[in-house]
Amino acid sequence: MLKDKDRIFQNLYNDLGSDVSSSQKRGDWVNTKSLIDKGRDWIINEIKSSELRGRGGAGFPTGLKWSFAPKEVGSRPHYLVINGDESEPGTCKDRDILRFEPHKLIEGCLIASFAVQAHVCYIYIRGEYFIEGQKLQSAINEAYEKNLIGKNASGTGWDLDIYIHYGAGAYICGEETALLESIEGKKGQPRLKPPFPALVGLYGCPTIINNVETIAVVPTILRKGGNWFSSLGKEKNTGTKIFCISGNVNNPCNVEEEMSIPLKELIEVHAGGVVGGWENLQAVIPGGSSMPLIPKEKCETLTMDFDSLVKEKSGLGTAGVVVINKDQDIIKCMARIARFYKHESCGQCTPCREGSGWMWRMLERMAKGEASKNEVDMLMDVTKQIEGHTICAFGEGSSWPVQGLIRHFKKEIEKRNNFDPLINKDRKIPYLVDQHLLDK
Amino acid sequence: MSLKKVSKDQPEHFQFSENSLKAANQIVKNYPKGKQQSAVMALLYIAQRQHDNWIPLSAMKYVAKFLKMPYIKVYEVATFYSMYNLSPVGEYFVQVCTTTPCMIRGAYKLVEACKEKISENENTLSKNGKCSWMEVECLGACVNAPMMQINEDYFEDLDKEKTLKILDKILKGEKPKPGSYRGRINNEPENNRKTLLEFKNA
Repeated sequence: MLKDKDRIFQNLYNDLGSDVSSSQKRGDWVNTKSLIDKGRDWIINEIKSSELRGRGGAGFPTGLKWSFAPKEVGSRPHYLVINGDESEPGTCKDRDILRFEPHKLIEGCLIASFAVQAHVCYIYIRGEYFIEGQKLQSAINEAYEKNLIGKNASGTGWDLDIYIHYGAGAYICGEETALLESIEGKKGQPRLKPPFPALVGLYGCPTIINNVETIAVVPTILRKGGNWFSSLGKEKNTGTKIFCISGNVNNPCNVEEEMSIPLKELIEVHAGGVVGGWENLQAVIPGGSSMPLIPKEKCETLTMDFDSLVKEKSGLGTAGVVVINKDQDIIKCMARIARFYKHESCGQCTPCREGSGWMWRMLERMAKGEASKNEVDMLMDVTKQIEGHTICAFGEGSSWPVQGLIRHFKKEIEKRNNFDPLINKDRKIPYLVDQHLLDK
Repeated sequence: MSLKKVSKDQPEHFQFSENSLKAANQIVKNYPKGKQQSAVMALLYIAQRQHDNWIPLSAMKYVAKFLKMPYIKVYEVATFYSMYNLSPVGEYFVQVCTTTPCMIRGAYKLVEACKEKISENENTLSKNGKCSWMEVECLGACVNAPMMQINEDYFEDLDKEKTLKILDKILKGEKPKPGSYRGRINNEPENNRKTLLEFKNA
């Protein structure tokens, strides 16, 4: 288990208070000026050597992303945008950062803004997190009062303004270009890439977009050094991560742990075990609803990091672990996830808009046992036609969980769905006008 | 993309109250000059709060004029995002999360409770005209499942019995206490905490 002194979010459980003075006691805002005085290149290199990968789901190296921002500010200003549109089912880590560790995020915003030369930072929070947003706003106000941000922030000579932008209940706005559209006051429909936001982003200006957790860990990495961060976890999968363990466990919780922690340890030690014991485990969704599920046999030895989950044809995503035990109907669980995606598709690309509804309706029928056997392969075919044929990654996100279900539970589906679509016997169905064709 | 019906009964006029106007002007300042369209989401939300929790068409027209943008663009935004109500909802607007992590912990029991206490169908006002409910997608409190949102507040760690009690309260016009109904103040593993112990209850 990770040692307490290596935990970045010391106040994850709000034992110490989230206001600015108690945050300063924990080490936030202590030597921000001296960190920034070391210069832009030092900051970016330190983040690169820490091998920090984005915590929003895709796992893109953060240092590399920052280095994509133009070196010189041209006629267009740079922007920093923080993605707090946390809507992935199974994930609730950003919520705890917003309400219990807001100053880590704000300090991270200052450092990141300096590194990418932005004077304005927008924090996009999902509309439902109204209370959390108010907490963050009061933390921002505190920071302005103490001159930690604003003109000549923390005495560094850098000006920074931070504004909160509330979403209004659209999952797709967690996609970075949809998020930019949403800040611009439009429908949240993703843009085609390239051009990438680092060059043409918010209002057509260079924009760097990072997840809340990614930015909140930056100040601590710079204080303790990139080498400290990269010494935790595994190569290319370094550092610590907040895991959210929900579903059929005895103690659902958020916990900060080292990358590459065994899944079994996470469930058994921290979450108090599966309801009904480990033997009662059916499957685990390892990284939020858009990642394919993993059946019990593989959960024994699985470690939680980006690369080893990709080997299992799944992914770490946002590290929202959803545990499903044998009391649940796995097909129904996936049908509900398919309904989520049907509801949240933005409607821009046809394969996703139509396909997400198809998948949901087919899975609903399969859960009831009203599908025919060959429809299982047809469903797989539908998912393949959505995946990779859309503007954003929503297509993958909606089809992967269905593919995961078919990959691991095909027998289960086939056992339940024996319906034969051909009418071999005289059934006397009143509306079947062509029944005479069955006469021999 | 949510399918929403625009109410048939529309008020003729809409205007920001003094407080709303102050808040709206403050928000417009958050964005660069000439990019005031960015404020449309926040302004629609302000209009919704002012107008009994739903947005009439006249409010959209008002916001469009306020931000000097085409009315259709405001209409697009209002119909795209699921948090804008385009027809009247209850003064207490109950949203039950039923996505998988909540579902496997019994979210449909909460739906049953809503059906018993408020109304048989979603988006229908209760008998006293004060409450309505609907099923929504993930509200981002999966560790506290099952949960529901009433107006702005989250009610977490529920079961059917606790939900019935909360609904009784709101039907009487009282304000139930938000937060966890198993007494959690954070998302630690209950009675099983193994990390950051030196600070506990410090």
